[in-house]
Amino acid sequence: MVYEQILIQTVNGLVSGMILALVASGLTLIFGIMDVVNFAHGELFMLGAYVGTTTLVATGSFWAALLVASVLIGLLGAALQITTLRPLLGRDPLTTILATFGISLVLQNYALWQYGPVARKIQEPFTGHFRLFHLDYPYYRIVIAVLSAAIIGGLWLFMKYGTYGIWIRATTQDRVMASAMGIPVPLVHTGVFAIGAAMAAASGVLFGPLVGVNHAMGLDLILRAFIVVVVGGMGNLGGSVLAAIFISLAESFASIWVSPAQAVIVSFVVLILTLLVRPTGLFVPTPK
Amino acid sequence: MTDTARSPRAHAEMTDTARYWLGLVAVVALLGIAPLVLPEFWRRFLTEILIWGLLAMSSDILIGYTGMVSFGHSAFFGLGMYGTAAALLTVSPPNLWLGMVYGLAAAGVVAAFVAFFATRLRDIYFSITTLVFSQIFYVVIFTWTEVTGGENGLTFRQPAFWIPGVVEARFTPVTLHWFVLAVVTVSYVVLRRITQSPFGMVLQSIRENEPRTRAIGYAVERYKIVAVMLSGIFAGLAGVLYAIQNKFAAPDFVFFLVSGEVVIFNVMGGMGTLVGPVAGAAVFFLLRELFSRYFTQYYLIPVGIIFTFMVIFMPQGLLGFARRRLR
Repeated sequence: MVYEQILIQTVNGLVSGMILALVASGLTLIFGIMDVVNFAHGELFMLGAYVGTTTLVATGSFWAALLVASVLIGLLGAALQITTLRPLLGRDPLTTILATFGISLVLQNYALWQYGPVARKIQEPFTGHFRLFHLDYPYYRIVIAVLSAAIIGGLWLFMKYGTYGIWIRATTQDRVMASAMGIPVPLVHTGVFAIGAAMAAASGVLFGPLVGVNHAMGLDLILRAFIVVVVGGMGNLGGSVLAAIFISLAESFASIWVSPAQAVIVSFVVLILTLLVRPTGLFVPTPK
Repeated sequence: MTDTARSPRAHAEMTDTARYWLGLVAVVALLGIAPLVLPEFWRRFLTEILIWGLLAMSSDILIGYTGMVSFGHSAFFGLGMYGTAAALLTVSPPNLWLGMVYGLAAAGVVAAFVAFFATRLRDIYFSITTLVFSQIFYVVIFTWTEVTGGENGLTFRQPAFWIPGVVEARFTPVTLHWFVLAVVTVSYVVLRRITQSPFGMVLQSIRENEPRTRAIGYAVERYKIVAVMLSGIFAGLAGVLYAIQNKFAAPDFVFFLVSGEVVIFNVMGGMGTLVGPVAGAAVFFLLRELFSRYFTQYYLIPVGIIFTFMVIFMPQGLLGFARRRLR
């Protein structure tokens, strides 16, 4: 009985871990490239989910909703980056936390104003179940995990082999040198922010069917994403993915015994231990 | 010769200090008279601004003087509230001073805990860690319903103002305002003295150049821990005052959005000035009143926009901006 529960929670942990990884990899990408801690990331996730609900109502297609939300929020991200973060380039990274915190307040209250306090539901694209021990496990959850993995994998391939991906990596390593080699650094920054925002929006749409869309859903997520990013090592894509899965699994196992609200404390404890033992992150090579 | 050369300067310095104290006395006197003149709503408004101003001042010790942006001050504030609630609910008859002691002790213990872990990290890592810590306390308080009342929080009766053998009287809104004003003024004078002391100078040197401060031989970590604890205890004091004024302790005040508002007060008013954050709190609440008329509960939309623009274009805040203009 307990073994079955553990196995079910493993699957659950992996699924929510992949969603978290999708959000966190956008966050860590933005941090790695421009030293911006994007406090508004959770709000982009939430707005993505809302755009998804409206598109779904209009077109009836979940996949169209996923696409439209990603593109629209990506554009919104680009606009936000140009108007508020570009002027801050070269200043203390702390000012970017403050600026994006201001943005997150605006976006969150805008969503409350526009969509109201009642949670909305995104209909899942397919409703099939399969049998997992004594449970009917929805296929959709597995699809989310696979899709998230595919998006992260696509990002990784793009960063590794795409021309623009190489631009991004060059900008991460040395901003001044990259710009001397003719890479349009400001454009790369805007592009990266847009990619991060689009990834947040995509995870919002994917996650929507599981929890219901409301204006505060970003708050809860951003905190866990921050923990993941710190545990995985700031700016480290692979580390973030591993940390997201690790933390989600830990929380899933904990919620066998305590309520999910208290299971969050497990990830806090993981964070504290990480900070004590390895402040640079669990999944990065030891710095020389 | 030297005597005559020195004395005018010494004289000028003295008048400068005298002018400062005169100004402070004038402002405190004005704030003391205000509740007698103002209508009920604005009197309460003023008392709240003083309390939030104290919280903002306490975080200025970290943000403005030591260069560490704390996103976790709601934890200290909230624990101050719950500590007071604990004293007022368990000890009978309810005692004002015991409530303060419990509140400060709770905030102090939490501050020591947070300081020990968070000061190992710098910059944004410090901010994120303090944020996560405040959420730990939020989750604990929110879910531990038997002790903390969970979502509903705790309500209690307001303790009477009591000095043994001298006076014992129930608070009226006006005397409560005076009490708050007295506590906030004393805290301000103490904090100002601390920032001007050698200890405060070391904090400012950590802000300016941490490796160099360490190279000179200061134990930077120890200074940071003390700074966080000091800041946390004064934040707890603000929480105590807020609990006494409102007669409740609620988990909402431990939630990190409160910490965010405190950072907003600092940025709006001017970091590293102590008075600035109080002004920032006043401006924030005035803006909230103003925009609530047009935007109802969505006032944070315009306030957030103003805040973001201030971060970009006026990073020294209103007070810094005014000072620069005056020069």
